Amino acid sequence: MAGIYLHIPFCKQACHYCNFHFSTNHSSLPDMVTAIQQEIQLQQQYLGSQPVETIYFGGGTPSLLSTAAIAGILDTLRSHFNVQPGVEITLETNPDDFTEDKPAQWAAAGVNRLSIGIQSFYDADLQWMNRAHNAQQAKQCIAWARAAGIHNITIDLIYGTPTLSDEGWKNNVQKALALGVPHLSCYALTVEPQTALHKMIEQHKKEAVDTDKQGRHFELLMDWLGEAGYEHYEISNFAKPGFRSRHNSSYWQGSHYLGLGPSAHSFNGTSRQWNIANNALYLKAIASNEVPFELETLTATQQLNEYIMTSLRTMEGLSLDKVALEWGAPALLAVEQLAVKYIHNGLMVQHDRNLRLTPQGKLLADGIAADFFQ
Amino acid sequence: MKHIRNFCIIAHIDHGKSTLADRLLEHTKTIGERDMMNQVLDDMDLEREKGITIKSHAIQMSYTYKGEKYIFNLIDTPGHVDFSYEVSRALAACEGALLLVDASQGIQAQTISNLYLAIGNDLEIIPVINKIDMEGAMIPEVKDQIIDLIGCKDEDILLASGKSGIGIEEILAAVVERIPAPKGDVEAPLQALIFDSVFNSFRGIIAYYRIFNGTIRKGDKIKFIATGATYEADEIGVLKLGLDERKEVRAGDVGYIITGIKNAKEVKVGDTITLTSAPGEAINGFEEVKPMVFAGIFPVVTEDFEELRECMDKLQLNDASLTYEIETSQALGFGFRCGFLGLLHMEIIQERLEREFNQTVITTVPNVSFIAYTTRDEKIIVNNPAEMPDVVKVGRIEEPFIRAQIITLPDYIGNIMTLCLGKRGILLNQSYLTTSRVELIFEMPLTEIVFDFYDKLKSSTRGYASFDYTPIGYRDADIVKMDILLNGDKVDALSALIHRSRAQDFGRKLCEKLKELLPRQQFMIAIQAAIGAKVVARETISAMRKDVTAKCYGGDISRKRKLLEKQKEGKKRMRQIGNVEVPQEAFLAVLKLD
Ligand SMILES: Nc1nc2c(ncn2[C@@H]2O[C@H](COP(=O)(O)OP(=O)(O)O)[C@@H](O)[C@H]2O)c(=O)[nH]1
Ligand code: SF4
Ligand SMILES: [Mg+2]
Repeated sequence: MAGIYLHIPFCKQACHYCNFHFSTNHSSLPDMVTAIQQEIQLQQQYLGSQPVETIYFGGGTPSLLSTAAIAGILDTLRSHFNVQPGVEITLETNPDDFTEDKPAQWAAAGVNRLSIGIQSFYDADLQWMNRAHNAQQAKQCIAWARAAGIHNITIDLIYGTPTLSDEGWKNNVQKALALGVPHLSCYALTVEPQTALHKMIEQHKKEAVDTDKQGRHFELLMDWLGEAGYEHYEISNFAKPGFRSRHNSSYWQGSHYLGLGPSAHSFNGTSRQWNIANNALYLKAIASNEVPFELETLTATQQLNEYIMTSLRTMEGLSLDKVALEWGAPALLAVEQLAVKYIHNGLMVQHDRNLRLTPQGKLLADGIAADFFQ
Repeated sequence: MKHIRNFCIIAHIDHGKSTLADRLLEHTKTIGERDMMNQVLDDMDLEREKGITIKSHAIQMSYTYKGEKYIFNLIDTPGHVDFSYEVSRALAACEGALLLVDASQGIQAQTISNLYLAIGNDLEIIPVINKIDMEGAMIPEVKDQIIDLIGCKDEDILLASGKSGIGIEEILAAVVERIPAPKGDVEAPLQALIFDSVFNSFRGIIAYYRIFNGTIRKGDKIKFIATGATYEADEIGVLKLGLDERKEVRAGDVGYIITGIKNAKEVKVGDTITLTSAPGEAINGFEEVKPMVFAGIFPVVTEDFEELRECMDKLQLNDASLTYEIETSQALGFGFRCGFLGLLHMEIIQERLEREFNQTVITTVPNVSFIAYTTRDEKIIVNNPAEMPDVVKVGRIEEPFIRAQIITLPDYIGNIMTLCLGKRGILLNQSYLTTSRVELIFEMPLTEIVFDFYDKLKSSTRGYASFDYTPIGYRDADIVKMDILLNGDKVDALSALIHRSRAQDFGRKLCEKLKELLPRQQFMIAIQAAIGAKVVARETISAMRKDVTAKCYGGDISRKRKLLEKQKEGKKRMRQIGNVEVPQEAFLAVLKLD
């Protein structure tokens, strides 16, 4: 099975923390839609005949696309790839792009899962992050989506910002639960280099983030969502049974995926490639029937390291049998030996033939993964 | 012989010695302008950069004065306290010295101590005020300082600018007229004083000497009196811009000799060369130079030990004052306990290892050499905290003392007093050299200089202080060994020998510094400073609370993997002490305490 990711590189305004590729100038949006459809043709061999089970419109802000554009892209995909009948089609949306009738239109175009960039139900947080929407819109859009019959909804929430108290965090999560959202992606605010936020913190125009607070919010989150019956199936992702993101799960299972549009990444098991992160250059290259990408081939060790890093983040954990099978006995031995210490420290447990992080271990997942790298 | 003049230049760092030397070489056409690379005498990269002369060199010029041709041998002297013995031997090879003083800076401490050495060696002093082209030149004041110091007449003082070429002729003429020609007997048994040596990777060791009596010829069987070793004079000659081979070099002259020696240790500055056939007497003043400061040097990556050993061997070939032996540390593995002439020498060695030999090393807490007497009155030399016997077995400990000479402006007397008294200094004398120059003499424990004395002196006088010292023997001291423990495990590389009165404060600062330098880890870290079993200071680093990336989707995966791989690489460079990972900066923490 395989997945397809489409990067729609436009946003209304730049959120201060964001380091994704996007432009706030929308004049090339129609050309971009054409170009992406052109790239679909150029890349039609990338996944071979693998069945495509998930399609994901990400960005940027795909909800800026017209319904016709979404439908057009999906049509083109269907005619060039082995798109399965039960395909999961996710559309990333921002609350400010919703009108009451939008969800029904998206559904009609084929979208069956909505990912909404809520981030917070507090105006103070939203302003601090420079989001384009307000708290009122955040609540309203979920109601509209559900009213249109879309129940497979996920929302993004951001915690650990200076404006968000422990109490505020609790209220944000409770609001999401009350609105009946079956899937949540919750991210600790990350100050990426070369973002507005990074600069503002450096210039002391914004308060620095407090990692102790982030740790606390994460622990609280695990408690609350655990009690509410959500599976913590990946570090930042929580789902009611049956509502996991199939598309994102494929990233952590090593499935193949094709990324289309500027800055999109693709993976075919042994190499990774990524399109140029520049709209104009992307358009120019596609116009001359070339996909502008860079490629990196992964060594066996790099593949193992990626497996360690991603699998330890998931609920199922790292499969010792898979390590033995794909990377051999020495790799297995190294992993098993190191695991003893972490199991002893209470950061990890072994469940059958799988190593899983405990909640404390999840807080330190990066350092632990690095330690297991070979 | 009456047409030879042997002289050197005594000057403080940056007072213009190298520039002036270049002018002299130009004027005497020793170097064509085409070959002229500024500052010919400083030919080691590091010297040029640090603007100091580390090793002395010599160069010969010819100069025609009133129709007669003279041979000048200019012997350059090292410009730093750490090398005072080498300075004394270079001075002993001369009959005269130019005392070069920057017109805007006046006389500095080191200049004075070198000047005294020169006067002690009966050298004729020619005072020169340099840089008179500068706006800030204070010619009358500096003249007064010089007259006070050496009791010369106003008109004896020459005015010059190495930069603009003023006064060069006058200096050359004064060298002929005022500096006596060497005396000696070319027929007497050979006596040649070794005042320097350099290492050449093709030729081996090249020794520089001044002949007092006798003649040396190519092919002679020679003997180094102090080491007792005999060699054949494969090549001899005089020193021009390069080596200028001769059949013989005679009394009064300065020259070089190549004997096939590969190791600088065999050639000791101060030793006397003579002939085995007709041996002469040793020239007075030979001393073995003794290292004053000791520290461990370890490879950053333990596997690189063998490579480091080769580099140390090579380095010692051309720097005999470096001593070392293998040391093992629990924290750092295999390395070397090295002895240096002083702190600058230590820095130079460290930098040369890094630049010339491409080694990255960890240098541990430097210490001086203590003497411990056991309760049974056995004498133990302690060059390493690990060598200090158990407290119960120690009867008493002695530490080396120095006589420190500091010259400064009157404004900074208070700050210097505070600094030196705080470092257990004893004020011996305070005197005004001129109205604006004060000389302070202290007796101080050398160990107090080793830590952060230079930086403190600089900052508390805004750079307006110069410092010089001479060792004056050992005195009783209440020295304790202080250990650092991380989660209960002793870090041997951070142990220090320190005076009891300063231990608590030192321990506290060190713990604080380590707290800054150690990265948070997955568990809590206790940092303790202890004297024996008694903990005198403690800090804790709380466990890392959160270390996890929020997003890990398509594009994030390889980016994150690379980041974590890099992090893992970085950890390899850290040292494991018990369960704690210690970055290399931490081992240098002690040098950076305020
Ligand atoms: N104005 C002026 N500057 C000089 C003169 N002689 C040297 N300098 C400068 O002083 C600095 C130190 O000179 P240098 O010869 O390296 O001093 P050394 O450390 O005594 O060898 C350099 O920046 C020179 O350019 C001079 O006569 N006049
Ligand atoms: S809407 Fe999303 S992609 Fe656009 S700037 Fe904000 S966070 Fe970034
Ligand atoms: Mg110089």
